Amino acid sequence: MSFDLSLIVESVPMMLAGIGITLKLLVVSGLLGLMLAICLLLMRISGKWYLNIPAQIYIYIFRGTPILVQIFIIYYGLPQFDAIRESIFWPILREPTGCAILALTLNTGAYVSEILRGGVLGVGKGLMEAGSALGLSSRQKFIYITAPIATRLALPAYSNDVISLLKSTALASTITIADMTGIARTIVAETYAPYEIYMSLAVIYMIFTFGIQKLFGAIERYLGRYTKREG
Amino acid sequence: MSTEPLIQIRNMNKFFGNFQALKNINLEVNRGERIVVCGPSGSGKSTMIRCINRLEEHTDGHIIIDGKELTDQVKDINAVRREVGMVFQSFNLFPHMNIIKNLTMAQQLVRKISKTEARKTAMEYLKKVKIPEQADKYPIQLSGGQQQRVAIARALCMKPEIMLFDEPTSALDPEMINEVLEVMVELANEGMTMICVTHEMGFARSIADRVIFMDAGEIVEEAVPSEFFDNPKNERTKEFLSQILSH
Repeated sequence: MSFDLSLIVESVPMMLAGIGITLKLLVVSGLLGLMLAICLLLMRISGKWYLNIPAQIYIYIFRGTPILVQIFIIYYGLPQFDAIRESIFWPILREPTGCAILALTLNTGAYVSEILRGGVLGVGKGLMEAGSALGLSSRQKFIYITAPIATRLALPAYSNDVISLLKSTALASTITIADMTGIARTIVAETYAPYEIYMSLAVIYMIFTFGIQKLFGAIERYLGRYTKREG
Repeated sequence: MSTEPLIQIRNMNKFFGNFQALKNINLEVNRGERIVVCGPSGSGKSTMIRCINRLEEHTDGHIIIDGKELTDQVKDINAVRREVGMVFQSFNLFPHMNIIKNLTMAQQLVRKISKTEARKTAMEYLKKVKIPEQADKYPIQLSGGQQQRVAIARALCMKPEIMLFDEPTSALDPEMINEVLEVMVELANEGMTMICVTHEMGFARSIADRVIFMDAGEIVEEAVPSEFFDNPKNERTKEFLSQILSH
């Protein structure tokens, strides 16, 4: 078997042309997913069954099904319904990118809400009592005590989910999106050189992951500055 | 100033599920009085003082703080909590805020005091507990004794009418106990109304107006310190005192 170096040199810039779409999928669904996760978290810890139970069902459904199946349901399944095609969401759902972002958002939101809940549960009960004893309201305790501490506690697991989301964006290529993986598939179809192309693609994702790790490492150090004895 | 007791507890019971933690508690504390509560572990001391600022909800009976009865109304509870400062065994300083922020946050959020004013008050109380130089540090950078003094200052910043102490020295290394007790003694001498759950019997003897002994959820004995220590009436009190004073 030969290893075609010139093919790699030629195809890497082509794949990198999809970086914008990969980044867009990651950042947009990452941010929307985080907002969704915070809503789900607040529903879960509200102490009200009519908020908690729907959130639990939602999380169960989206964690319990493969993301690829979710993407297919949204992209291929939803347009079957007239109501969807006539709704204000059609401009988004008509586009494969919109469908991919929607699927990734709904999926990551379910996971991240549980990650955040883990952080919230890790905040010491004594701190809540100290807040109560000072006369803080539930909302004030959440904003000023729970949220900052839970964020720090949840961060390592959250960075894991962001990395996982990066790799899930590759699934968007199955619904015609020309992200980095989508472009790679096209090149492979034309050159019949899957080994060189997919290996280079894998390395590109690894470099990305490295960047995300570094970024979260820096955030972790910043948020954890009060856990060090030396100031 | 009214002559009505600042704290009135009448026929109060507290259940955790089927377990009765407090049995028919009756207690009145006047303005400026200093009460020490002692008793064996699990006797309900902490639960009783935690009911006073409603960290625990009493099951029945009445608790009236400065004329306001504790009920389910959240608004009333926060109004009462503003008047009642609490110091915990495990300090419970907010780890993500520096010392000055620990002291100013509730002043600004609850008492709606300006940042400048809150900082001024905070520095005053940090001086009072003798650690103004630690203002910009994080709690973890302080010793246990210093953290507990900050916790006392944090409670005082709210200008409470009553201070509750829940075993404030139990988590401290022996050499740090005195620095915390000194602050408490100073507070007592200034006329603060205090209820302290503690086993520091020297402290009880020197500052308490009354010592209360609890066992199995009941107030078993209540007396002035000289009477309590030198001439206890109840068998359980005698047994308890002999155990903790024998060493």
